[in-house]
Amino acid sequence: MSRKLRIATTSLAGCFGCHMSFLDIDERILTLLDLVEFDRSPITDIKRCSPCDIGLIEGGICNAENVHVLYEFRKNCKLLIAIGSCAITGGLPAQRNHLDLGSCLTEVYLTEPGLAHGHIPNDPELPLPLDKVHPLHEVVKIDYFIPGCPPSGDAIWKFLTDLIAGKTPELGHGLIKYD
Amino acid sequence: MVSNSGSHEDYLTPILERYGYVATSLLQILREAQEHYGYIHPDALDYLSVKLQVPRARIEGVAGFYSFIYLQPHGEYRVLFSDNITDRMLGSQALMEKMCQQLWLQPGKVSEDGLVSIGATSCTGMCDQGPAMLVNGRAITRLTQQRVQEIGYLIRNRSPLADWPADYFRVDDNVRRKGLLLDNKLAPGDALRAALLLSVRGEPVEPRSPSTSSGRTENIVETIKASGLRGRGGAGFPTGLKWEACRNATGTVKHVVCNADEGEPGTFKDRVLLTSYADLVFEGMTLAALAVGAQHGYLYLRGEYRYLLEPLQAVLQRRRDANLLGRNILGQANFNFDIVIHLGAGAYICGEETALIESLEGKRGVPRNRPPFPVTHGYMQQPTALDNVETFCQAAMAIHMGAENYRAIGTAKSVGSKLISVSGDCPRPGIYEYPFGVTVREILQDCGAVNTRAVQISGPSGICIGENEFGRKLGFEDLPTAGAFMVFDDSRDLFEVACNFVHFFAHESCGFCTPCRVGTSMLKTTMDKIAAGHGTRHDLNEIENLDHVLQTTAHCGLGRSACNPVLHTLKHFRPAYEGRLKSLDFEPGFDLDGALARARQMTGRDDAGAHLKTEEA
Repeated sequence: MSRKLRIATTSLAGCFGCHMSFLDIDERILTLLDLVEFDRSPITDIKRCSPCDIGLIEGGICNAENVHVLYEFRKNCKLLIAIGSCAITGGLPAQRNHLDLGSCLTEVYLTEPGLAHGHIPNDPELPLPLDKVHPLHEVVKIDYFIPGCPPSGDAIWKFLTDLIAGKTPELGHGLIKYD
Repeated sequence: MVSNSGSHEDYLTPILERYGYVATSLLQILREAQEHYGYIHPDALDYLSVKLQVPRARIEGVAGFYSFIYLQPHGEYRVLFSDNITDRMLGSQALMEKMCQQLWLQPGKVSEDGLVSIGATSCTGMCDQGPAMLVNGRAITRLTQQRVQEIGYLIRNRSPLADWPADYFRVDDNVRRKGLLLDNKLAPGDALRAALLLSVRGEPVEPRSPSTSSGRTENIVETIKASGLRGRGGAGFPTGLKWEACRNATGTVKHVVCNADEGEPGTFKDRVLLTSYADLVFEGMTLAALAVGAQHGYLYLRGEYRYLLEPLQAVLQRRRDANLLGRNILGQANFNFDIVIHLGAGAYICGEETALIESLEGKRGVPRNRPPFPVTHGYMQQPTALDNVETFCQAAMAIHMGAENYRAIGTAKSVGSKLISVSGDCPRPGIYEYPFGVTVREILQDCGAVNTRAVQISGPSGICIGENEFGRKLGFEDLPTAGAFMVFDDSRDLFEVACNFVHFFAHESCGFCTPCRVGTSMLKTTMDKIAAGHGTRHDLNEIENLDHVLQTTAHCGLGRSACNPVLHTLKHFRPAYEGRLKSLDFEPGFDLDGALARARQMTGRDDAGAHLKTEEA
């Protein structure tokens, strides 16, 4: 067996549901750990991505920080995989796309009672939201897509083991789900 | 605003009575109902639902399918600019902008006083005298700055359409070259009489011979088969075989349908035939009825040609009076046939034969699965002979001339003549009739085109050829065509042409199958991305992948041919694409920093973190 493959994962404008689903591979994660090692990922808590073979990203792009992280992954990962509905279509966060961002911010921070603090947060620490939520492939080139909300642990397992074995990943009947 | 159903009953009842309260006339009923308020009132939908015993959802489904049926107020004056590439080349976009400025509104929106809306629509078939528009369904040609401004004044002064200068509505035939069809000397009924004289062997016999009517129908089919006539709608199916199959199909009630839903951008030959050769069209339909044993005929007229309805009905009435339609036609016992005109409502897909039949039956124009074909299961699942306008004319000519004389014209596999609709960059656009086998170069010479860069043959779904192929011949052996011939000179950017066609297909996709509904939109998004300067080589690859998906999985020809404009221009005019690409592997499909502008404005931030630059990833 040659060197272990390196995998990085992250969640952008997502709910970590896809990561939870990833953990649904259960004890197979031990088998996986024989084949791969994790780079930047919520599993390792490594904050910066170094050169990797595979990058898994859940969630779409809703703010400037998402863009920076996505670029970091694209630069470092040989293969970049969009996992789950939000990464592929924008998903639930994209429901704000038919609203004007300005009126959203005004309603949340200025007019709505209870939430109002008198101003729209403008601390440079905070990433600015984009006017629309975008799927990943509109910002960088994406090599593979795993559909589902979330895709099942079995689908993720099948996909990764195919990829690690050097096969073109194929999710057959029962593994491809769009909801 | 009206709301009580009593007021709807007043104008709906006469319409419903005229159509016998039959749901298969739903589209016709909706069209006429709309003429009352300029849109269909929600209460009118409820009323129709009760009276026709059709669920309201189905009525809304049908209404929502057709571009020219409105369920919301769209203004007293509904202005639609024809958006074919030939209209654009004549400056239609600037005219539309001008008019929007003059009337203070945005494209696609209704003015606040409810007076007017301005939008764009697919090719209206006036490419030889564009730019063109439709106002409340009426075609207006030869638009200029001045004419558009005058129209703006007329609208603002609420002048009724009937009082507008007649010259606005003038539609010229622009026949530039005549052949056997356009130069015919036939009087109404001549071809029918010739058909009735055909003997069993296809030779003329004495009038009123005791030949049985079934023997005669065989003769007409045999003559058409022997003439080698092929359909003129583009596919070129042998007309004789179609009529034979329809005649042999089981069923006592049979139909003849004429496809006058001339929607292929750049095509306008049927408009001219229906304007000045309507007798020949109806004569051909009547011949077909005699050949297949049909009693009912339908002319499916595209909504854009609404202005032809009354003249065509006058021709039908004249033919009824002359015993060329109706009961016992020309004194032949049991030869009963009549024709009704059905108006479309702005849906390109209805030019596909099975979608047309669905639309005739008052449904959404979604193509059916084939087989079974219309010859056995057509209108109302009954045997139906459905042909193009020009095919019926050519059939009448073939019967009148005799199979042998007709066969002598054209080439071995493409017999007879073809009407070509020439438009674009040439001084003499219009209708040219040639025997099949004419070269592209000959047509270009005849229409006076110079410095020609490319010709789009047979519309967006056809093929685009460059200068090195101008020696190719029109005909089923080489370049099959439904008649469109759009000329582009060396000042034109073929990428823009392809972009216009891709938008057309995305708009006209009927939405039934996912590959076409989603694929044509993705194709549009990718072309727009390239147009906006965000394109990369990756996007060209994506276009090729999409083309493959569409060609292999779309339900009907619309999806399968939607990629043709891109594929052909990519093949012949690749630099027109490459010049727009960024030399990166990938670029976002939008301006990243621009997407933060609204948030910057709302937060008042302008620090480094409040900006994004597109990185090479």
